[in-house]
Amino acid sequence: MVESESAVIELKDVEMTYENGTKAVRGISLRIRPGEFVFLVGPSGSGKSTIIKLLTGEVEPSVGRVRVNGFSTRNISERQIPLMRRTLGVIFQDFRLIDKKTVYDNLAFVMRAVGASARESRQRIPYVLELVGLEDKAHSYPNELSGGEQQRVAIARALVNNPDTIIADEPTGNLDPERSLELMDLLVKINELGTTMVVVTHEKDLVDRFGKRVITIDSGRVINDSVGRYVGGHIHG
Amino acid sequence: MGKHNFGYFVHEGLSNMFSHGFMSFAAIGITVACLLIMGTFSLVAVNANALLADLEQENEILAFIEEDCTDQQIKALEKTLGAVPNVTSVTFISREEAMEKFLEDYPDEEYFKDLDPEILRDRFSLKIDDLELISQTVEQVRNTQGIGGINAYEDVAGGFITVRNVASVVCIALIAILFIVSLFIISNTIRLTTFDRREEIAIMRMVGATNGFIRWPFVYEGFLLGLLGSTIAFFLQWMLYEAVSKGVSTNDALQLIDVVPFQQLWKPVALTFGCAGILIGVGGSLSAIRKYLQV
Repeated sequence: MVESESAVIELKDVEMTYENGTKAVRGISLRIRPGEFVFLVGPSGSGKSTIIKLLTGEVEPSVGRVRVNGFSTRNISERQIPLMRRTLGVIFQDFRLIDKKTVYDNLAFVMRAVGASARESRQRIPYVLELVGLEDKAHSYPNELSGGEQQRVAIARALVNNPDTIIADEPTGNLDPERSLELMDLLVKINELGTTMVVVTHEKDLVDRFGKRVITIDSGRVINDSVGRYVGGHIHG
Repeated sequence: MGKHNFGYFVHEGLSNMFSHGFMSFAAIGITVACLLIMGTFSLVAVNANALLADLEQENEILAFIEEDCTDQQIKALEKTLGAVPNVTSVTFISREEAMEKFLEDYPDEEYFKDLDPEILRDRFSLKIDDLELISQTVEQVRNTQGIGGINAYEDVAGGFITVRNVASVVCIALIAILFIVSLFIISNTIRLTTFDRREEIAIMRMVGATNGFIRWPFVYEGFLLGLLGSTIAFFLQWMLYEAVSKGVSTNDALQLIDVVPFQQLWKPVALTFGCAGILIGVGGSLSAIRKYLQV
């Protein structure tokens, strides 16, 4: 484990070919610095999902180097994968909440999974729920909440273990435009508190509205990396 | 394992067990059935062995002494035979004693009463330790100077040994098959639990839970299923054994069979059932959870 200077995420000449021969990533290099807010955009099949899998250690690069919060995911040992994942918070489009657990228990469950005590959970969870505006929903079940609220719970869950970086995979995909905007505001607020944010999305309006760094991927390559508005062809979901 | 995690693992294991009540019931039922069948065959084998050991005790070789041996030579011969490997005891029987025994066996045959003991020979009754070595022992005794002949039921001994060996092989094969069946069923039961919780497992992995943390609740579930199954099986086995023992002892045709009392067997039975049940439970759960821990 070697700290890469001033980059929390670094991909260097990364190529990824699946076992069935599909070449999903073709020589990508990029660096994301601590505290940055980055949109990762691109059409379906462009390689965005593979990049997320590379960052979370679900797959290893075929060629090149991936570093996440100081961990190199190439040849990473089985023991180090959980340690690397503890530095990340992941938000999914379909929320992935456990329906039979309350909001509080959904959060306590992931704290417990990394070794926190019930006491630590009691101290941390109310703070995080307040941050996402759900302090009065602690004892509700996910199916009693709206889509926007469920995604806020998912954000709280990603935040609760205090990760260095949050990766959000199409977090607004199941929300209406108004809820999407609220949610993105929340992610920006969390980013301003110091957490690095990587948001995968295909919503051009949202990307343009926030004026953050935008990395566009197409056919497994970075075709644009600039700050401000989305530049390039039309983005398809 | 953190100190505050132990209670959590046990709680999760227990709640898994109750939330899949029917499958848990099925898994315990199958474990009980398999252990009972394994136990019954093993106990039959134990009793068959005990019976054979008794027969070994009763199995005697008669070694006839040559007519021209003096009393001193007979005494020396007794010592020589006592030193033959596998011979546990040597008893001298005079021709008069042999005749008395013969007449005792045929009390109603009047015409035997006038027989002269001189028609019989003095002999030694030899007891042996291991029936499987009877052929070698008989050969050594036959070659001893002063022994004029031998009477040994080698074929009968061979038959006993064959019965015991076949019983042992059948017993071991059945135990192995039933063990694998139990392991498979418990594994499938826990696989259903894990399938039901695959989303939780995926989230735990994504937030950085270690494989051990994910695995332990399932291991406890398997442990509890196995332990419960073996406890129930033990008491059922006890009841069954006592019922069969009672049946054997009151049956006129089976009175010659001495059933080993359960009081002599309960400790090894409890230990074996406990270990087998826990092994089946824990082994089954480890096999079920394995595929969810690979990425």
